[in-house]
Amino acid sequence: MSNNDYIIEVKDLTKQFGSFTAVDHISFEVRRSEIFGFLGANGAGKTTAMRMLCGLSYPTSGAGTVAGFDVRKEGEKIKRHIGYMSQRFSLYEDLTVLENMELFGGIYQVDKKTLRERARHMLERLDFYEERNTLVGSLPLGWKQKLAFVVATIHKPEIVFLDEPTGGVDPITRRQFWEMIYQAASEGTTIFVTTHYMDEAEYCNRISMMVDGKIKALDTPANLKKSFNAASMDEVFRILARDAQRGD
Amino acid sequence: MSTLKVLLKKEVLQFKRNLFLPKLVVVFPIMIMLIIPWVTTMDVRHVNVSVVDNDHSQLSQRIINKINASEYLTLHSVTGSFDLSFNSLEHGDVDAILEIPQDFEKGFVTGSTKKLSISANSVNATKGSLGLQYLAQTLATSIKEMRASHSPTQAGDLVVIQNRYNPTLEYRNFMIPALLVMLLIIVTGFLPALNFVGEKEIGTIEQINVTPVNRFTFTLAKLIVYWVAGFLVITIGMLVAWLVYGLTPVGNILAIYTISMLFILVISGFGLIASNLSSTMQQAVFFMFFFVMVFILMSGLLTPIESMPQWAQYFTYILPPRYFISTIRAVYLKGATFYDMRYNYYALAAFAVVMNLGASLTYRKQS
Repeated sequence: MSNNDYIIEVKDLTKQFGSFTAVDHISFEVRRSEIFGFLGANGAGKTTAMRMLCGLSYPTSGAGTVAGFDVRKEGEKIKRHIGYMSQRFSLYEDLTVLENMELFGGIYQVDKKTLRERARHMLERLDFYEERNTLVGSLPLGWKQKLAFVVATIHKPEIVFLDEPTGGVDPITRRQFWEMIYQAASEGTTIFVTTHYMDEAEYCNRISMMVDGKIKALDTPANLKKSFNAASMDEVFRILARDAQRGD
Repeated sequence: MSTLKVLLKKEVLQFKRNLFLPKLVVVFPIMIMLIIPWVTTMDVRHVNVSVVDNDHSQLSQRIINKINASEYLTLHSVTGSFDLSFNSLEHGDVDAILEIPQDFEKGFVTGSTKKLSISANSVNATKGSLGLQYLAQTLATSIKEMRASHSPTQAGDLVVIQNRYNPTLEYRNFMIPALLVMLLIIVTGFLPALNFVGEKEIGTIEQINVTPVNRFTFTLAKLIVYWVAGFLVITIGMLVAWLVYGLTPVGNILAIYTISMLFILVISGFGLIASNLSSTMQQAVFFMFFFVMVFILMSGLLTPIESMPQWAQYFTYILPPRYFISTIRAVYLKGATFYDMRYNYYALAAFAVVMNLGASLTYRKQS
């Protein structure tokens, strides 16, 4: 399974917590530099699957590689090549914007000079350089999310995992956020993103639909709509999720 | 190495920005050292004595005067009947009753001695037994003086008592080194544990676990901050002991810092285990508290290990503070050297290895 076009390859990946199967034999591939949407209702198993790919959680069974490394044994090697933005905001609120960037850049061993330049460049692009010495805790949520994305990509990872990055932010910020995602993708970063928003699903190159721990469909948004004979992704999702047992 | 620097910078910044921690590290040891030695005293003073004088002799008067003059005893009343005095004892106004029988002095002179009786309220066992002792000593002195005035040749002390190492018999001197131990348990045991669980609760640990950072480096950066805080606490504590109580270590100060360093390693490793096994601050605090209770009550901090039952004494060998407490007391009060206490140093070093091994085994970046 070493096709260089694929940055993520997963075969029958499963995670069980006791008798509960959170992720049930999922298999898929993600191509280099694509924006891969990972969709599903609450509790479908998206976050659990993503945590296995990031080396935060061991799979119960199945196999997978991320950036060429085994998710079962080489978690720490995977971590060198990925960026991750958690569902829950998890930067240090008692550090400033720049201090957070320097901390995570430093952990990935980005040298100081490159780090300074990159931080300035990224913040200026967001028109946020003036706020570099503000404590993160005092920023509004939309800005926190954008900053979390910047920090997740500070080391120019090959792939970045975004777990519901636009949850709870306003439409304008969501729009800006997707611009950032496109910008990163155009620079060659693979984007693996989970979301509930079906309009966002349209922005992805390819989409997987997860229901009750299984992947029910995987294709481009256009093909999915065609094969399900639906007018929008929203409809596709509703057709697929109709029989879901889990979720709220 | 540079990762450590980056992480250390983060920890120092967070420590400084915390509203509570920097103050805690400075104010807490000062407060503890200023207040606790005064209040945790086992020295018994002001034992209230009621005398039932049935003799009304020169000797009974002498005894009463002696009690009145004593630093430890307070003469509450002189009554003519035991019932009257007993009433006061029942009310809690009197701690001990001394009954002097009729013709006590006369019997003393003729040689057919009548017996004095002492009744003490021993609800508080320490106060009761010590009060009795003081009273008995006072009586003995009075009688000795009386005897001396009858036959001067018998004068002179038969027993000379000398309290080595703590000449004034102050419980305070026993407590001060022990307080340093408690301070270290809180500052270098509880605080890093709470800090660590705090990152779990807030969620920042997730962002760290998804990076390639080495978990040892991450942990070390946290601990270094608290180790420094621990040294600061020990230093402040010793300064207060010197400036306020005039108590300076008789032994080598380096021996104190070395044993403290070892203990800091042990207790911070222990705190880390607690935080690794807990997912909330509450859990961590309960976990720590359970053990700290045992540490404080069973490691000879307040009461000597030698007076515990044998099985309990064996048990204390697995309590790390035991080694620290006995060493710091010996060095502080007796001037023991590193060589004298070497087994305690070895034991703590072994505990440090075990605890930190346990801490690194229980820390998982991947679950």
